[in-house]
Amino acid sequence: MSTLTALARAQALATGAAQPIATVRHLHLADRPLVFVPLTMAGEANAPLAALVGADPEHPRLLIVPQPRNRDQRFAFAAALAAELLPYVDGLRGVAEAVPIDRGRDVRHRYVDAPQLLVPNAAGISFVRLFGRSTRFRRTDGDYPVHPSVPLLGRWLTFLADRAEHPGSSTLLAMTDALTLHWATGQSAMEDQNLAALLGWISPPPGVSGVVAAAEAEDPAIWPPAGPVTDPGFDNERLAPAIAAYEAALDDEGARLLAYAELERLLRGQLQPTWELMWRGVALLRALPPGARVEPRWAADRDAFTDYANYVESEESYPQPRRDGAVAAAQRLDRLERAQASYAAQRAYDDPLVMAGHRLTGEAFAGVVTMAKPDRVDDTGKRPVLRPRIMVLTSDPVLMAPGAALYSPARPSQKGTVVFVTPAPDGAKTEVVLELSGGMGRSLTPPPGSVPEVGERITYTTLSEAYRPGASFPAREETPWTHGGPPTDHVPTERDATEDWS
Amino acid sequence: MLAWRIRSKWARVTELEQRLARLRGPVPPRRHNARTIAALTGNPGCTRRAVLDSAGVDKQRIAAHVGFPAQSGQSRFAIARGNVFEAQVKADGAAELLRLLRERLGLPIPEVSYDDLDTPDAPDGPDGPEARHARSRELLTGAAGRADAAGLLFDHPLLRLDVAGQPVYLEPDLIALQVEGRFHVVEIKSFAVIDDQADPAKVSAAATQAAVYVLALRQLLTEAGHDPELVSHNVVLVCPRDFSNRPTAALLDVRKQLGTLRRQLSRMARIDALLDQVPEALSFDLAPDTAGAPTRTPAELAAALAAVEARYAPECLSACELAYFCRHEAAGATAALGKSVREELGGIESVEVVLALAAGDRTPTEEQAEAAALLRTAARLRAEALS
Repeated sequence: MSTLTALARAQALATGAAQPIATVRHLHLADRPLVFVPLTMAGEANAPLAALVGADPEHPRLLIVPQPRNRDQRFAFAAALAAELLPYVDGLRGVAEAVPIDRGRDVRHRYVDAPQLLVPNAAGISFVRLFGRSTRFRRTDGDYPVHPSVPLLGRWLTFLADRAEHPGSSTLLAMTDALTLHWATGQSAMEDQNLAALLGWISPPPGVSGVVAAAEAEDPAIWPPAGPVTDPGFDNERLAPAIAAYEAALDDEGARLLAYAELERLLRGQLQPTWELMWRGVALLRALPPGARVEPRWAADRDAFTDYANYVESEESYPQPRRDGAVAAAQRLDRLERAQASYAAQRAYDDPLVMAGHRLTGEAFAGVVTMAKPDRVDDTGKRPVLRPRIMVLTSDPVLMAPGAALYSPARPSQKGTVVFVTPAPDGAKTEVVLELSGGMGRSLTPPPGSVPEVGERITYTTLSEAYRPGASFPAREETPWTHGGPPTDHVPTERDATEDWS
Repeated sequence: MLAWRIRSKWARVTELEQRLARLRGPVPPRRHNARTIAALTGNPGCTRRAVLDSAGVDKQRIAAHVGFPAQSGQSRFAIARGNVFEAQVKADGAAELLRLLRERLGLPIPEVSYDDLDTPDAPDGPDGPEARHARSRELLTGAAGRADAAGLLFDHPLLRLDVAGQPVYLEPDLIALQVEGRFHVVEIKSFAVIDDQADPAKVSAAATQAAVYVLALRQLLTEAGHDPELVSHNVVLVCPRDFSNRPTAALLDVRKQLGTLRRQLSRMARIDALLDQVPEALSFDLAPDTAGAPTRTPAELAAALAAVEARYAPECLSACELAYFCRHEAAGATAALGKSVREELGGIESVEVVLALAAGDRTPTEEQAEAAALLRTAARLRAEALS
């Protein structure tokens, strides 16, 4: 929470409506996202109870587990979910594009699209991760055979859940996270976890203030929780008798069908309001123009999708291990940290409102160029180099010291090194002198436009979107003894495949 | 002289008891349990909660009567699963549990006797808990310090803890394990541990509840003249493993939770100091008629609540029955938006003041000067980026 966002929350409370904290959309929104609203059985370890799933807002598919403690019915649910998800994933593998690699000497191919799964909240992402975990090791033969689609579903869900931890990825998103990235409400971050209350602030019904809409959203009788946990009142008063009725009717085909239909009716009633909220959220996000760096990040998602799809089809492919080995875990952490830094920089570069947050904390400043020496040459070294200098006048607090390397979203490949920071004669503003290098070609005369001109409004920040090489780690087979030595190959065992699910 | 001092102390205690009874009204105090005591540590700075809990006021009913009922209740599916799991772990003299303690935690338990202290023949009258507590005390203190003894398991001991000067009986679904002269508290929970990982919020709640038992058990041993350190600060958490019903166990260090609990309990022990700040005539008595319906108006009770200062934070919503009332009362306060929001806004309490300072419509006090400058810059930057 930054001061800028905190102020937006205060403004939201005073005006009764959520306030924007972004001017562009910072995530990719697929043309056909797959919306998934799961519910679980209270008390059980991620036992599915019901779900609405689909890419068509008008025609969601309802999946239910009439007796959630029944193992066979759980796997039937998994197979039914697979029948929705796997064709969706396969449908995105039609067209691939060639991407030059190795400085244009070679090409690789990546799909032009990738799956995007949308769930209501962070707990929905946990459901995906755990459901992936409980299905990916299953086998289609042996003692407890499952439908062939079940382990495949588990691997894809695990892929999506892993990807969701990657900052800036859009393959699996929680709607509450997606919305709070762009709007600040007049309630706390904890209350923002309630999708209905959050949307009550962002798009309240006409004539209703966000406070009132959010308060109404907290009544489970009007707005059932967005799951996966159900409302205890619903469990006790309606679900439990309906499940009991289903159990009692097992021997009577007619009564069983009636009881099943009643369960479907009840569970659809709990899911449908959230389903509609999800699509309202999609529409709100779609109305925002995408940031310039959203597409390159989605390309990284498409790369990951292409790689994983190819791996799943390869001969020697296994489900993701329960836990990463030491080297794999360290590499993953390094990747996530670099993605986090680059995602933060990219959002600031794309969005003046995000940059404003960095200006407030002294990591950036914006101002007007008041002096420029574009043809300044530094000839103190072995050979002369072009080192233009500019002076920027800013009203922002400047905390950078001489020597600091700064970058401007207008010219990302150019570095500006701080030479002087002095208070301007009027006292309220600050003058910053920067020495520029890079992004100007090789001659000693800068090409037009490559050096900021006097009068140009410009922003400089310490955030850099330059490529950061990954840290180096030992090969897997050279894992040091301090980290357990080389891990054994992870081949799922019979025990993994027949693991209890009770 | 000594007699006088004892009488004076006694007089003070009864005076306090009378005061608390007046706050509560002529109804028995709400019983605490490990969960409610653990919840006390959630917001230690809240005087309202400390006063109402010390007096044993039924906060749930008050909240409902003033029009802000708490959203609580547990799914019967969750309760059923919890009961089944606990029964399974404790079946056959806790055979499953012992196997775990040996295999997973490497505790050297050669031979174990199992003692269920939940004696069904104990009278359920007013002497019930005291009698059961006495029996638990006798058995537990008898076992203390017997380093040579084989392992001993105690199921359902009844422990006692002083909360705001009142003895509170804890009816735990716990087993105190004694091995090599040391006691370990065993806490059985029904949330799953999947690939050795569990929901951190649930683990932390379980740790605080287990710490309540550790504290009560230590108090019991201290009173009997034993070393309180005979009770280990490592508690055994037993949960279902992965997606199965089979248990797994882990040791949790609850020293941090013990410290927090002790601080809050000692604060409540000094409840008389807090009571000095509230009006003498204050009462949360619902004054029910013969049919049990409250005769005091919601407005009267809301005014009574308002007489005791609260410190609302969004976290209260999941920990206190009065939270929705307090949230309504705190509308317009920066703290209601979250602790971090308040900090980022320079610690200024009211949203109105924040916005006035940000707009430059209000002259900041000396303390507000720094925050006001930050807020004005923030407002300028927001306006600039949104224009």
